[in-house]
Amino acid sequence: MSKTNKDGFLKAPSKMTDTNLLTTITITVFFVMYLCSILFLKQGFLKPQAFLNLLNNNAALIILSCGMSLVMITGGIDISVGGVTSLVSMCCAVYLDMHGGNIIVSMLLAIAIGLAFGLVQGYLVAYLEIQPFIVTLAGMFFARGMTTIVNNKPFNVENEAFVKLKDTRVIIPFLGTTNKKGMYIPAYIEIGVVVALIVAAVMFVVLKWTKTGRGFYAVGGNKQSALMLGVNVKKTVFLSHLICGLLAGIGGFVYFMHVGSGSPSHASGAEMNAIASSIIGGTMLTGGVGNIAGTVFGVLSLALIQNVVSSLGLQDAWWTGITIAAMLCIFLIVQSIIIARRKKANLSAGKEEAKTDKAA
Amino acid sequence: MSERALLELRGIYKSFPGVKALQNVDFTLQKGEIHALMGENGAGKSTLIKVFTGVHVKDAGDIFIEGQSVQIRSPKEAQENGISTVYQEISLCPNLSVAENIFIGRGEGKFVNWKENNKKAGELLESLGINVKPTQQLGSCSIAVQQMIAIARAVDMECRVLILDEPTSSLDESEVAKLFKLMRDLKARGVGIIFVTHFLDQVYEVCDRITVLRDGKLVGQYDIETLPRVQLVSKMLGKELDDMADIKNDIPVFENSDQTPVYEGTNLCSTEGISPFDFKIRKGEINGFTGLLGSGRSECVRTIFGADKVTSGTVKVDGREVKITKPIDAMKQGIAYLPEDRKRDGIIGDLSVKDNIILALQVKTGFFKPFSKSEAIEFANEYIKLLDVKTASVNTPIKSLSGGNQQKVILARWLLTHPKYLILDEPTRGIDVGTKVDIQKLMLKLASEGMSVTFISSETDEMLRTCSRLLVMRDRKLVGELTGDQLTQACVMNTIAGGDKNAADK
Amino acid sequence: MPQTNNDAKPANILAGLLKNQLVIPLAALLLLALFNLIADPSFFKITLSQNSNGDPVLNGYLITILDFGSELAILALGMTLVTAASGGQDISVGAAMAISGSVMLRVLCGSDSRAETMQAPIIVAFIISCVVAMLFGAFNGSLVAFFRIQPMVATLILFTAGRSIAAWINHNELPIVKDPGFGYFGNYIPGIPIPTPFFIAVGCFIIMWALLKFTTLSLYVQSVGINEKTSRLNGLNPEFIKLMTYVILGVCVSIAGFIKVSRLSTINYSVIAKDIEMDAILAVALGGNALGGGKFSMGASVLGAYVIQFLTTTLYKFGVSADALPAYKAVVVILLVTMSAPAVREKINALKNKKNAGKQASAAGNA
Repeated sequence: MSKTNKDGFLKAPSKMTDTNLLTTITITVFFVMYLCSILFLKQGFLKPQAFLNLLNNNAALIILSCGMSLVMITGGIDISVGGVTSLVSMCCAVYLDMHGGNIIVSMLLAIAIGLAFGLVQGYLVAYLEIQPFIVTLAGMFFARGMTTIVNNKPFNVENEAFVKLKDTRVIIPFLGTTNKKGMYIPAYIEIGVVVALIVAAVMFVVLKWTKTGRGFYAVGGNKQSALMLGVNVKKTVFLSHLICGLLAGIGGFVYFMHVGSGSPSHASGAEMNAIASSIIGGTMLTGGVGNIAGTVFGVLSLALIQNVVSSLGLQDAWWTGITIAAMLCIFLIVQSIIIARRKKANLSAGKEEAKTDKAA
Repeated sequence: MSERALLELRGIYKSFPGVKALQNVDFTLQKGEIHALMGENGAGKSTLIKVFTGVHVKDAGDIFIEGQSVQIRSPKEAQENGISTVYQEISLCPNLSVAENIFIGRGEGKFVNWKENNKKAGELLESLGINVKPTQQLGSCSIAVQQMIAIARAVDMECRVLILDEPTSSLDESEVAKLFKLMRDLKARGVGIIFVTHFLDQVYEVCDRITVLRDGKLVGQYDIETLPRVQLVSKMLGKELDDMADIKNDIPVFENSDQTPVYEGTNLCSTEGISPFDFKIRKGEINGFTGLLGSGRSECVRTIFGADKVTSGTVKVDGREVKITKPIDAMKQGIAYLPEDRKRDGIIGDLSVKDNIILALQVKTGFFKPFSKSEAIEFANEYIKLLDVKTASVNTPIKSLSGGNQQKVILARWLLTHPKYLILDEPTRGIDVGTKVDIQKLMLKLASEGMSVTFISSETDEMLRTCSRLLVMRDRKLVGELTGDQLTQACVMNTIAGGDKNAADK
Repeated sequence: MPQTNNDAKPANILAGLLKNQLVIPLAALLLLALFNLIADPSFFKITLSQNSNGDPVLNGYLITILDFGSELAILALGMTLVTAASGGQDISVGAAMAISGSVMLRVLCGSDSRAETMQAPIIVAFIISCVVAMLFGAFNGSLVAFFRIQPMVATLILFTAGRSIAAWINHNELPIVKDPGFGYFGNYIPGIPIPTPFFIAVGCFIIMWALLKFTTLSLYVQSVGINEKTSRLNGLNPEFIKLMTYVILGVCVSIAGFIKVSRLSTINYSVIAKDIEMDAILAVALGGNALGGGKFSMGASVLGAYVIQFLTTTLYKFGVSADALPAYKAVVVILLVTMSAPAVREKINALKNKKNAGKQASAAGNA
């Protein structure tokens, strides 16, 4: 009996989990794309700085996407992150520039704003069981509206301490290049990138190795089951929104450090970019499947495709939108096909198992 | 109050809007016993279990564990009190690995030790004879294996009380035997097991005591030796049962009839992996597919109805060749199909009883000819009366009905289309004895009025009582056809097992 | 107990009313109306005056609501069906309106964006833009139905690309239709003092009502939304029905887009119908329809749409700038959904029951 069962077992399809499969696909696609860019475009993609600039320009998006992935893994969605980012940068800008504030306090302000959003949204979603889409939609409206109420004109921040922080570069040794005049240009990353990488690393560890982290997956996989298994579902959902809010606050400040100004139109569409990055990174909106490593590469893929489009000379603004959409479309379809095929394979594997059992 | 009582409930009350689900129910579970919880659907079994497990919080009453009064307000608290539950519907997370499903939501510390978990899970699974890799994603295991994993989890939690809520309904015989062995092992270790099932045989095979509920009230608690089967059934129904005896096998044999079959299919095959088969049925005939679970009996009738993707075969209805590739084709030919999985394939939960009843006929009638409200209500009332459906009104959402009544509504849906050929796939599964008898009687009546019926049931005696011809399936192949004198329990078993040789093995 | 029997009836009627989906939007409407009545009764004043062309037109906030609520209500019709059948929302309607409006202007203006005369009859332009919108609807629908992608994510694609496509259709130019006849559809027809969009909206309601009344669409959509597998076994084609709801939404989008471009006789790709998808979804939610699919009430959605517009107009009246508007809207929305959240309702009911039980006990004591 057990022998035949084992045979059936061996016949079953590859044992990679959905999460790992989708992450692997994303990472592979990113490297293939990058390789192609180097081979065919020759627009300096080979320079390490080109890669580092992908990070420099998208540090905030990485942080936002980490939060988004977390919420999506738990089976929800948070579309307020873009609004929060813009509100945070506006508030910090006003505080630093017009009130001559302290930079540490401004950081705390950013975190406080993010946490406040996470707290309220998390409570409404988790404990009052209102649909996350509606709650965070209202959150986005609120944040965008508040941004213009705080200040409705864009302006640059001249605060000395802030400008100094903003222009701080972390030089990476050995990766610099020499330009035509023989001058050595060091490779650098911005402070924000360091923050983003730390956030991503922490989130990766939390999701992979802590019980709370696995709770997010369990809740996303099946709420009812998770409850039966003794996971505190409400608390988990609450926590996911709280962390996402916190990360939106941090991401907002990183964004602010990158642009150095406040404007109501800042970070417009950032929530959609974050969702797109998460999806390209292999997170499924149905919940329970996803990986932070994938998300980071999702952001980089998105950024890379934008770079490629502009270096192809398609400068018009609409091309970016269309290419991102096309990429999203392809990834979604590929994902849906892969998952459907695996489901089918699993089903027949189950039947095979039953069959061999019976034969025994 | 006995010293040994492991779990004791006193005067439990629980009501939901409009329903008094439990009224003054007492329940006692001793250490090291297997205790059957019996009752018709809607008797309050599931509610009582959900009170044990903290899914529902009781309105009034006391719960004692080993004499200590406890409060159970959430599944987590139940777990902490040593109460574990394995549900009929798998309550594990399909996206997590097998090992994670065993260890999630419990244990000390904040971090997950993957290596150790996988190792411990591997040992546990091996000791219980379950053949899966701990690292495998749960969703890729078969339902039976998933259920065993749920039990493994409970075992590993060193539960004192294990509740098994209809665990056997999706298991086949060998798996059931395995499960029973496991249950007896646990019993020997002093675990108290509460076993809920609709299979009377299984109750008498493993249980020590029985508690019977009816209409949310306690009927009584009995030792198994003192309660013969017939009495158990009558206690569950609340009346003396001689209805069963009424159903006799006096069905005419159709073998020699040269009348054109109502339905005739040759070389039928679908994507669900059954071998091509031939099948025909005549007017007024009741026949059935039998075989073990997973032998392909459901897949056969699904192919006939076009529910799965049909890959080959020719079909004649009343002698005319027709094409049936999707359910609507079959419906147009007067074929009706009551699916196996009521919740997944049968009911439309949020819709009213009325809408659920008219759905199939409405689809058949067409997009541009909706029934008026009064017509629909008339149809619904007619069949609610005919089948004795217990519902507050025609506008009650079907999901708030009990299982047996839901089944009747779906039956009503198909009867309303006035089919000439009715396929019933496990219509009696998971419903109470009274309704089971009703449905069997109805089948015989319909057949006598000229309807052809194909019947599938896991309980062979039900089929022997009603069918004039049995088609036996084994390993997704049609392996035999039994009629007349061959229609005996022994003969069916032999054919299922694969002739004398295998029977001897058993 | 006779007392309880006597007051059982009105209580039942009240309970039945409370269960009705129309209650939420109606209550919200009354609340808003009351607020305006107290704050400034002139809100309800309607005057007849002449517009710049010398035609008589009705003026007043209520007329504005009827006028500008039209597009939203038309979109809410389609959005309700999509929500019910696919258990998700189409977030690309704003972008799709930009596309269909852009197509319309392209057909009307031909190659010259400043053409003096229309290059094609309006009906032809409308039909072409309608077909285009239906095609985009079918694109969304097939991603949802055949590839089983969640609706919000599937429509995210068009949401991201839509306005870019709209700009691309007219080579990023902003064509202007100079024929005054084109403006009638989004403003007033000379001699009729009621804004035309309202008539168009009413026409759409009637067509939708007929569609629900004289076909089985409602039953099919709800069945598919609640249980797809069962629907299939009962002879329905769930994929096709889902696809159809998205195509119907496409039609609604093109009509709404038509009104929008007609209002100005031109188009601004990045601003036209901005955030309207959010308002349309809110209208559906405010109507008490489950955003997870299943049962729906079309009337409640339409009412919801006008309530949203009522709110917008009220806020404008009190001097809230267009940019800050969302913040106030968000607060109102949160209050509304919190009040109607099942968890909150349960708590309120529990409180009520306690009170009732107390009453009954005292009544029994008296008897």
